[in-house]
Amino acid sequence: MKIPDLTELALRNLRESILRNSLTTVGISVGVASLVAMLSLGIGLQQMASRRLMKSGLFDTVVVTSRRDARGMSREDERSGPTPGESRILDEAARSQIEKLPNVSEAYPDIRFATELRFEDKPHMSMISALPESARSNDAFEGMQGSFFSSDAAPEAILQKSFAEELLGKTPRLGAPEPNVAELAKPLLGKELTMVYAQRATSTDATAASSNPANEVMGASYSVVSREQKLKIVGVADLDPESMRGPTRAKVFLPLHLAESLHVMQPTDLREIARAGDQPVYSSISVRVKNPSRVQEVEDAIRKMGFTTFSILDASRGLRQFFAVLYAFLGIFGSLALMVASIGIVNTLVMAILERRREIGIMKAIGASDGDVKKLFFAEAGAMGILGGIVGVGLGWAIGQVINIGTNVYLKRQSLPPEHFWAVPWWLVGGAIAFAFVVSLASGLYPAGRAARLDPVQALRYE
Amino acid sequence: MTTSSLGPGMRATVAIRSENLCRHYRMGETLIRAVDGVSLRVAAGEFVALLGSSGSGKSSILNLIAGLDRPTSGSVIVQDRDLAKLSREDLAKYRLYVVGMVFQSFNLIASMTLAENVELPLRFAEVERGKRDSLAAEALERVGLKARMHHRPSELSGGEQQRAALARALINQPKILLADEPTGNLDSRTGTEIMNLVQSFNQDLGMTVVMVTHERALAERYAQRMIFLADGKLVDDRPNTPSAVEPSLQGGRA
Repeated sequence: MKIPDLTELALRNLRESILRNSLTTVGISVGVASLVAMLSLGIGLQQMASRRLMKSGLFDTVVVTSRRDARGMSREDERSGPTPGESRILDEAARSQIEKLPNVSEAYPDIRFATELRFEDKPHMSMISALPESARSNDAFEGMQGSFFSSDAAPEAILQKSFAEELLGKTPRLGAPEPNVAELAKPLLGKELTMVYAQRATSTDATAASSNPANEVMGASYSVVSREQKLKIVGVADLDPESMRGPTRAKVFLPLHLAESLHVMQPTDLREIARAGDQPVYSSISVRVKNPSRVQEVEDAIRKMGFTTFSILDASRGLRQFFAVLYAFLGIFGSLALMVASIGIVNTLVMAILERRREIGIMKAIGASDGDVKKLFFAEAGAMGILGGIVGVGLGWAIGQVINIGTNVYLKRQSLPPEHFWAVPWWLVGGAIAFAFVVSLASGLYPAGRAARLDPVQALRYE
Repeated sequence: MTTSSLGPGMRATVAIRSENLCRHYRMGETLIRAVDGVSLRVAAGEFVALLGSSGSGKSSILNLIAGLDRPTSGSVIVQDRDLAKLSREDLAKYRLYVVGMVFQSFNLIASMTLAENVELPLRFAEVERGKRDSLAAEALERVGLKARMHHRPSELSGGEQQRAALARALINQPKILLADEPTGNLDSRTGTEIMNLVQSFNQDLGMTVVMVTHERALAERYAQRMIFLADGKLVDDRPNTPSAVEPSLQGGRA
């Protein structure tokens, strides 16, 4: 029989015992709805988590360190990579080479150091980090009070909210609501900070360095001078731009050029002193990637150059794994309902065979083949599957909307911002209907086979 | 094609031939010999009545000829096809194209209109929709039911239902019509109407007719030949024309 004929006959047969077939179809709908609801919750939660991570502004950043540093993030790479002796030095040449890699928008030295900051004659210790001009558009500075640096070399500072609290003598209490950044910024903006730091003063003796390698260390003189730098507080950041770095994250930010010109002594300086020259050597470089999806490629390229890299991608990989497991679990629970519904299909079709024994006998007597009968029952199962799938997707979507609205009402009452944690992508709509169809066909397997094997003589005798 | 003499000076093609045909059932401990060693021949274009009391095996033979059942032993050869050797698939094709069947209880599908019932074999034969409609209308016209083609079987009388069943049996233009007590559920007047139709198929369309009945009068009125069965065995086989020369095909193995 041809497919249009099969479909027509199947729909006609479904209409004949409308109540039973509707109930079976409703069973499938509920199964599909639960599947869609479970999976769209999982997808929505993942999208929400990704959005949060993106907002941190570090999704597209790769931190590059020399393998000479013992503080490598991935020790395995270090073991397999070049030995520290042959590893490259992270100098200006390396920086510009990295910056020329495809998909890299910029590479800037990561200047960070811990030092003392005086505010109203009281000393405070903090980690300080330098920011490039491009950080202006960083989402991490969303909601910042005041303004970004007026220029890349201006003697200005941006404080993280928690440091601002410290300066004002407010100690954060556990469980207390997050402080309002506007209130914190008001007494601080425009005020002056004094940064006390150790300056590295190098004077190289070029002749000694070039003539005798053994004298290099002695040839280069190294001195540390204590300096002070006045900084104007121009901004107070609400978010934590360096949340990725954990305990070593900076709370005070300086413009990059200013920081470079200060020649603050870095922990790696003593070792690099052996290398004479004006070229600065960096402890680490931050690389901004044009597109977060290219982070892996860029990381691989930099590793090939002989450096160690770290990116949020490494962290988000674990997150993705978590969501893969979550999907699997939600999917299994959703599918269970559909499996129960498929038993309903088997039951309905087996009942239909008993009821329509005679009809099957008649069809066979007038020339229907086993295949025709089998296909007819398959078509009925498939039609119930597709109908149930379509209704189920709609139902699942509606359930999701209701829960979404309900939760947002709750969030609003808790004065939290609304969240969209429910997503029904098109592939899920199509996939759920297709899945219902396939499950229904599988359920039709046994009844269809049974109907096809029915002995026509006995079937015709049946009243 | 095998030929054999049907009468003096008459040679006809054999449409149906059975050789030592047996159909045994096992019911618990007992073996039921529904058909037990029946050999017969039906010439093309012949109208044969299978007569016997209930349980004589006449319907079982018809089911074997119809390809609805398979013999336990022996063979049924219809138009040179050995039905016992056909696959299930080929047997279905045989039922679709070679034989048409009518039953005592009409066996129309209740959820379909007459037109849909009549065109159902055409669906199995994968005939185009447009062609199906005209063929069904034509077949219903032949049995005088064109006006009622959109009615369901339950809205019709028994006679009308059997006429529709005849139209359905006719739709794929088979050469053989198998009728199992076609008038069994009908009053005599309606039965006559049906039998006249069957006779017209035999005479006008040249169809071979094998009819199972327990009414001897009916067989005598319409059939050219009567085959009597008892306990699954053939007991008598004779032409219906009293003056005819004994042409019995029985035992005349080719």
